[in-house]
Amino acid sequence: MAADAPALTFIALFLPFLGAVLAPFLTRRLKHNAAWLLALAPLAAFLHFCGFLPEIAAGEAATGGYAWAPSFNLSFSWFLDGLSLTFALLITGIGTLIVVYSGGYMKGHPDQGRFLAFILLFMGAMLGLVVSDSFLMLFVYWELTSLTSFLLIGFDHEREAARRAALQALVVTGAGGLSLLAGLVFLWNITGVTQLSLLVHLDGGLRESPFYLAALLLVLGGAFTKSAQFPFHFWLPNAMEAPTPVSAYLHSATMVKAGVYLLMRLNPVMGATPAWEILLPFFGGITLISGTLLAVRQTDLKLMLAYTTMASLGLLVMLTGFGSAHAVEAAMLYLVAHSLFKGALFMVAGTVDHETGTRDVTRLGGLCAAMPVTFGAALLAALSMGGLPLFFGFLAKEEIYAALWAGNPRAVFFTILALIGNALMFAVAFAVALKPFLGAPVETPKHAHEGPPSLWLGPAVLAALGLLGALFSGIAHRYVSSPMASAVMDDAVTIDITTVPHLGMPLLLSVITVLLGALVYWRLGDARALMARMLENLGPGPDRGFDHFVSDLVRFSVAVTRFIQPGRLEIYITVTFVLLALTLLVPPVVFGELPGMPAWPDGILVQEAAFFLIAVIGIVAVLRARDRLTAIVSLGIQGFAVAVLFLLFGAPDLSFTQFMVETLSVVILALVMTRLRLSPADHRPAGQLFVDATIAAACGIGFTLLLLKSVEAPFDTLLTDFFNAYSKVVAHGANVVNVVIVDFRGTDTLGEIAVVMITGLAVLALIRVRAGRKGDVK
Amino acid sequence: MEPLFAVLIGLFFAAAVYLMLSKHTVRILLGIVLLGNGVNLTLFTAGRLTREVPPIIPAGMDALPAGAANPLPQALILTAIVISFSFFAFLLVLTYRAYQELGTDDTDEMRLAEPRDEQLPPMGY
Repeated sequence: MAADAPALTFIALFLPFLGAVLAPFLTRRLKHNAAWLLALAPLAAFLHFCGFLPEIAAGEAATGGYAWAPSFNLSFSWFLDGLSLTFALLITGIGTLIVVYSGGYMKGHPDQGRFLAFILLFMGAMLGLVVSDSFLMLFVYWELTSLTSFLLIGFDHEREAARRAALQALVVTGAGGLSLLAGLVFLWNITGVTQLSLLVHLDGGLRESPFYLAALLLVLGGAFTKSAQFPFHFWLPNAMEAPTPVSAYLHSATMVKAGVYLLMRLNPVMGATPAWEILLPFFGGITLISGTLLAVRQTDLKLMLAYTTMASLGLLVMLTGFGSAHAVEAAMLYLVAHSLFKGALFMVAGTVDHETGTRDVTRLGGLCAAMPVTFGAALLAALSMGGLPLFFGFLAKEEIYAALWAGNPRAVFFTILALIGNALMFAVAFAVALKPFLGAPVETPKHAHEGPPSLWLGPAVLAALGLLGALFSGIAHRYVSSPMASAVMDDAVTIDITTVPHLGMPLLLSVITVLLGALVYWRLGDARALMARMLENLGPGPDRGFDHFVSDLVRFSVAVTRFIQPGRLEIYITVTFVLLALTLLVPPVVFGELPGMPAWPDGILVQEAAFFLIAVIGIVAVLRARDRLTAIVSLGIQGFAVAVLFLLFGAPDLSFTQFMVETLSVVILALVMTRLRLSPADHRPAGQLFVDATIAAACGIGFTLLLLKSVEAPFDTLLTDFFNAYSKVVAHGANVVNVVIVDFRGTDTLGEIAVVMITGLAVLALIRVRAGRKGDVK
Repeated sequence: MEPLFAVLIGLFFAAAVYLMLSKHTVRILLGIVLLGNGVNLTLFTAGRLTREVPPIIPAGMDALPAGAANPLPQALILTAIVISFSFFAFLLVLTYRAYQELGTDDTDEMRLAEPRDEQLPPMGY
């Protein structure tokens, strides 16, 4: 059995992907019932990971994997300790319920198969993220969750709001992903390890590194964007454009916790420094307060929950960075509690929306008779979220207050932050769970009735777990909370808080929280109006800023493109030759490598001088040609002069080829040019002529100098000697040039022939295009 | 002789660049022909010049005697002449067809691919 374990874990990690592949086919066959079958994939993975619980609870860690590119020290490897196992269980467990829920929620939707495939794809990515051992795997899965999140938020891609939200989430989390990559490269460079399992047990070295702060900021860039920390929070509420199962799963229970996971994972090696203990609580605290304040203002069930999720993430970041084992324990409890109650409440919100046609809390009421099971689940989840005794949320809140209340001024400050945040979350929790269900029934767009089992199963199970986890807190702590906290502290930690209240400061703070929360709930309308007024005074937030950013980016790209590519060939050619001239002239001048003054060659033969002169005359005549005939004839003159020069300097083969090619060129030119118009005079104004002539002269001088310099150097005859020595002996040919072409470099010649052939085809095609068009007109 | 050739080659390049900087496709074409010759002469000169003796192994000998021309640049140039001729032929036909279709040989007027008043891309999502 033990030998099979790595293979089984590997399969468990890929089961969601398998489910994603099958989803479209199964949905086509079984309609919405396919979800029940597809839920087996995460369920099997969940059960497999449950098998690790005793081992992990005993304080061990499970690693495994397969070598992938050993020469680069890369492997597909996983690392299961208390932290990653808890995450894996949350992902697969809640994932199972979400898949079932999606079946009911998306019933009858034409793209249900696509939706389930995306959800399962995300699940596989998220599962891979939390169990990854190697940095590279972590990064790849991290980006994969961003991509699948993009697909899910933009699922309803015919609405602009969904497209915008999807793009926004992708840009923000994608940029964070790049930041994380840079951070991981830093970590690797500082420590020399590429595996988390080795990194977390590292004895110092990282914190003392001069690059510690850079690495920390880059990692935080990844974690804060993913976990929607202020000021990167704005994408999360917009992500509520996604169908509700997505909001429940990605944007409350799992993906947004990836950033928190990363921080907790790195706490043993990066934590306990001043930077860590200032940055994390500071940004976490701001996120907590702004999230809860914004949540109070909303009337949309999903948006209320989205902002409290943001606040909860802030609270988790604050606790992780607070710098005591106690705070980490509190964070563990709160993380689990939050995943349970927030997932449940989101699904409740979705069910209410699905059954009544609205999720505006002011237009809902009295649903408890019509939807008793949903109401029960909502109530249980809200009690946990509000942190009332007997529920897991209560344990978390007690622990939070116990950890934060340490008596010093800093602690008092953060205690007050937590108090305000928790009180407001209490109010929002009950606004979501009670307002739609109690009071007089309100007319809704659809006639309300209880949803099918697939819609209430998920919230009911999660809400019940919130109760059971607290009642049997011993088991929960032993298998989940304690191993998790031990992993984050890299030290054995035992959590033993129970649901029996102890008299003391934490309990007093809890009571104040509940009283304050109840007060806000009672006067929710006033609080909402107050917040709306406050926000109006604050002006536009980062969300508007994103719109500006995107449109400015497009405008900027257009401006750059139009500057670089104005669409005028003249400019492209001018830039090319100016750069060519600079490349040729600047380095020799800067490095003092100009050629010396060459000696005047003695013994120039008359025929050589004559053909030199003819070539020059040909060039000048081409430049000054005022009609077609002169241009063609003078082009021929310089060509033939070059051919004769080849002949005079021992290259008869070249000479013959050049003669042939020049003759052909002149003939073809004469044929074609009679149909072309060559301007009688140069069209360029005098100033332009001067500039162009300068560029041309610079290029010409550059090439002359280059050639003078290169013939100054001694000639390397290695290749020449080779061909001279072997062309007769090996290739049995006396004409060395021909032997090189057809034998030694025969393949090159084949390529050359291919070029000529392709050119011929292209010429033919160009001429035929017109014939075809004329045929069409007829 | 090499320095003299270097000057002639400079002249070839200067004339070619000057013609290619023009807006008229026919002049650009003439420039490209000159450029091809300039490049071939550069290769030829860089391989050093030898008067009159072609690189052909005399009958009864196994290797080329000293004093013959360098065969390597010649082999390269032979290929280059043919390729530049193909290039020239293709460009000539292209120029001709462009002139027929667009009624102009001024490259500034040829704006089919990059129109002058191109619309801004969509600013939304």
